[in-house]
Amino acid sequence: MLLAVAHRTRYRYAAPVRGVVQSHRLTPAVCDGQEVLEWAIRVAGGTPGGSFRDGAGDLVRGWTVRGPLDEVVVEVAGRVATRDLAGVLRGHRERIPPAAYLRETPATRPDRALAGLAAAAAGGADALAMGHRLAEAVADRIVHRPGSTGPRTSAAEALAQGAGVCQDHAHVLIAAARHAGIPARYVAGYMLAAAGTAEAAHAWAELHVAGLGWVGFDAANRCCPDARYIRLGSGLDAHAAAPIRGIARGGGEETLEVAVAVAAAQQ
Amino acid sequence: MDVFNEMFEDGAVRAPYAGLEAWLRDMPAELRSLRQAEAEALFRRIGITFAVYGEGGDPDRLIPFDMFPRIFTQAEWRRLDRGIRQRARALNAFLADLYGRGEIVRAGRVPAALVYGNPAYEAAMAGFVPPRGVYSHIVGIDIVRTGPSEFLVLEDNCRTPSGVSYMLENREIMMRMFPELFRANRIEPVDGYPQLLRRTLASVAPAKCDREPVIVLLTPGRFNSAYYEHSFLADLMGVELVEGQDLFVEGEFVWMRTTEGPRRVDVIYRRIDDAFLDPLAFRPDSMLGVAGLMDVYRSGGVTLASAPGAGVADDKAVYVHVPEMVRFYLGEEPILANVPTWQCSRRDDLGHVLDHLDELVVKEVHGSGGYGMLVGPRAAKAEIAAFRDRLLANPAGYIAQPTLALSTVPSFVAEGVAPRHVDLRPYCLVGERVELVPGGLTRVALRAGSLVVNSSQGGGVKDSWVLAE
Repeated sequence: MLLAVAHRTRYRYAAPVRGVVQSHRLTPAVCDGQEVLEWAIRVAGGTPGGSFRDGAGDLVRGWTVRGPLDEVVVEVAGRVATRDLAGVLRGHRERIPPAAYLRETPATRPDRALAGLAAAAAGGADALAMGHRLAEAVADRIVHRPGSTGPRTSAAEALAQGAGVCQDHAHVLIAAARHAGIPARYVAGYMLAAAGTAEAAHAWAELHVAGLGWVGFDAANRCCPDARYIRLGSGLDAHAAAPIRGIARGGGEETLEVAVAVAAAQQ
Repeated sequence: MDVFNEMFEDGAVRAPYAGLEAWLRDMPAELRSLRQAEAEALFRRIGITFAVYGEGGDPDRLIPFDMFPRIFTQAEWRRLDRGIRQRARALNAFLADLYGRGEIVRAGRVPAALVYGNPAYEAAMAGFVPPRGVYSHIVGIDIVRTGPSEFLVLEDNCRTPSGVSYMLENREIMMRMFPELFRANRIEPVDGYPQLLRRTLASVAPAKCDREPVIVLLTPGRFNSAYYEHSFLADLMGVELVEGQDLFVEGEFVWMRTTEGPRRVDVIYRRIDDAFLDPLAFRPDSMLGVAGLMDVYRSGGVTLASAPGAGVADDKAVYVHVPEMVRFYLGEEPILANVPTWQCSRRDDLGHVLDHLDELVVKEVHGSGGYGMLVGPRAAKAEIAAFRDRLLANPAGYIAQPTLALSTVPSFVAEGVAPRHVDLRPYCLVGERVELVPGGLTRVALRAGSLVVNSSQGGGVKDSWVLAE
C-alpha cells in the first residue's frame, strides 16, 4: 500500500518565548514492512541539530528555534510504501535488549486490576497467544471515547474508568504484559483509518515473543498492525516514545494544534 | 576480632611509620590541640566544608580533619595502583559491552535482569560509543585493608565520586603545618591531580571538536553539598564552573553564555545526576540541566563525563560480578579481591543473612553514603528487627557482607592518640590513558570502635602518603 502523510503540529505561546528546543522521532522506522519514498520535516525558522539512530533503532534529530517567537510549526510530509507482515517487526536494527522493556514507568505501573487482567489472559508459555488474548481483553474493557483521558492518564486510571483513546489501550496492554513477564513497549506512528473511526496519529503496543521478535498489537482496533500502519518510534511509554518532545524557554501557556492526514496515494 | 594496626605490629613500629615516631614524641597534648585548632581554622578559611544530607544542623559543618597521616610503602602502593587501574579498565569495558552487544550477559556471566532492569541502566545510551570508548572517566574505588597485604574493594563509584578536594586540601594543610615532615620523609606528590583530570577530559573531546577543547564543570549550584569541590576543581583546572542556565543547545552544539557572546563547549564534566541532565530526555521537571543536551551528546557534538548510565557498573548487586569482568574482558586475574558478599535476591543467601543479621553489614544495593545500612554487631535488637522487615519486603534490594576488621591508623582523639578504623578512596582517571596519582582520600571512623567512615556518619579524613622508594 502506498500511504501519503501530512502531519502538522503547531505550538502557540500565550506570551512570546525566548526559544524552543525539540527532540524529534519523526522519521518512519527502517524495517521490512515499510519503505520511505519521500520524507521531509520542516521547522519554520528552526536550526537542525545532529541526527543519530538511537538504541531502539529510531532516527532522532534535535531542533532549536531562536526567539522571541509566539509559535512553532513542525511540518512532516512524505510517502511510504507499506506491506502487511501480520504485525511482526522484521528487519529492524536495534540495540536495546528486550529485557530492558520489563521495567515499570509511572504511566504503566500495575495495580490490582491490571494484574488481574494479566492473570486472566495467562495460560501456557505461548506469549503470542497471550498477546492476542490480552489485546482482546483490553479492547473489551476500554471503550474508545476521545476526551475521556489526558496525556498523563496512567494505565491503571484508564482501566478503572473503562474508557480512553489509543494511548490508553496501549498503556494498559503494556502494563499487563510486563506484569506477566512479557517485554512490552509503546509505539507511535500513523494509520490509515476508515473515515471517522480513529485518529490518523496513532499508537499501539509491541510485545516481545521469543523466536518471533517484536509483534505489534493494536487493541484499539482489535488487530495487529498491517499495511495501513506506519511505524515511527518506540519507548517504554507514551512519554518516552513521543514523536516530538519539546521545551520552551520563558513565556506563557502553550496550546497545541495537531492535524494529521494519512491517505492511500496513487500508485 | 583481630585488627591490623597499620603503625604498630607486635609492639614494633612498622617501617612506613618510622618517620613519625619522633614527630609524635615531640608533640605534647597541649601543642597537639593547639595545632588541631590551627588546622581547623585553615580549613574554615579556605572554605572547605561539606554539608551532610538528612542530618540538619550546620550546612557548613567541617569534616573533621585528623592530622595523623596514613602511610603506604612504595611496594604496597604499586600493587594497589595496578589493581585499581585494572578494575577501572574492567568497569569501563563492562559499560561498553552493556551498551553494545552485551556479550557478558549472553555468556551467562551476569544476569540480564540485574543489568537491564537496573534503575541505573540508561536505554538512551544503548548503541552509543563515547569518545575513546570511555564511560566512567573518574572511577572512585573504595578499598579497605584487613592485614599487611590484604586489601579488599568495598565498592566502586563510577558516576561522579566526590571527595578528591579533601585529598588535595589535606595535603596542602599538612605541608603548611608540618613542613619538617615533608623534608624528613620522601612523600609522593598528589598535587598533579587537577592537571591530570584536565588532560583526561581534553583527551575525550568529541570528534567534531577541531581545536583545543573547551571544558566546563557543570554543577547543580551552590546549595549542593559538594559545591565547594566543584568550584575548587574548576578553579585548579582553569575551566569555567557553570550551571544549567549558563549553557544552551543550538544546532549541533552546546554553547556557554559569556560576556563576549556564546562559546562552544566540547567537554562537560558534570556533577549532576543523570535524571537531571536534560529535561527532554530524562526528568521533564528538571531545572538543573540543559534541554536538548542528550541529542547533542549522542550526535557527537559534546562529551559528558561521566556518561549517563555509567552508574549501572557501581550498583552494589553488580559489584559481585566485577572480578568476573576482569577475567572476561581483560583475561587477567583480579589483583584486588572483593569483599565476600551475599546477594539477598538469592534464596540461600537470604536465609544465611537472616540467620546472621547481628554479625553482618547489610546494604541497600542502590544506596550510598552509609544510609539505609545495618551494621549488625553495633545495632540494637529493635533496629535489627525493623531491618529484618525491610529486608523481607524487598530482598533483591539488599546485599550483605561480613563485618570486616578494618585496619586502624593512630588518630588524634580527645583522650590522646588511639587507633581508629580507616578506608581509602583513590581516584582513577580514564581517558586516552589510565592515570592515578599516588594517594587518595583516607576516611577515618573517629568514634571509638565505629566501622562507618562516611562523613555523614561521623567520619573524618586524613592525609594519605605514598612513600617514594
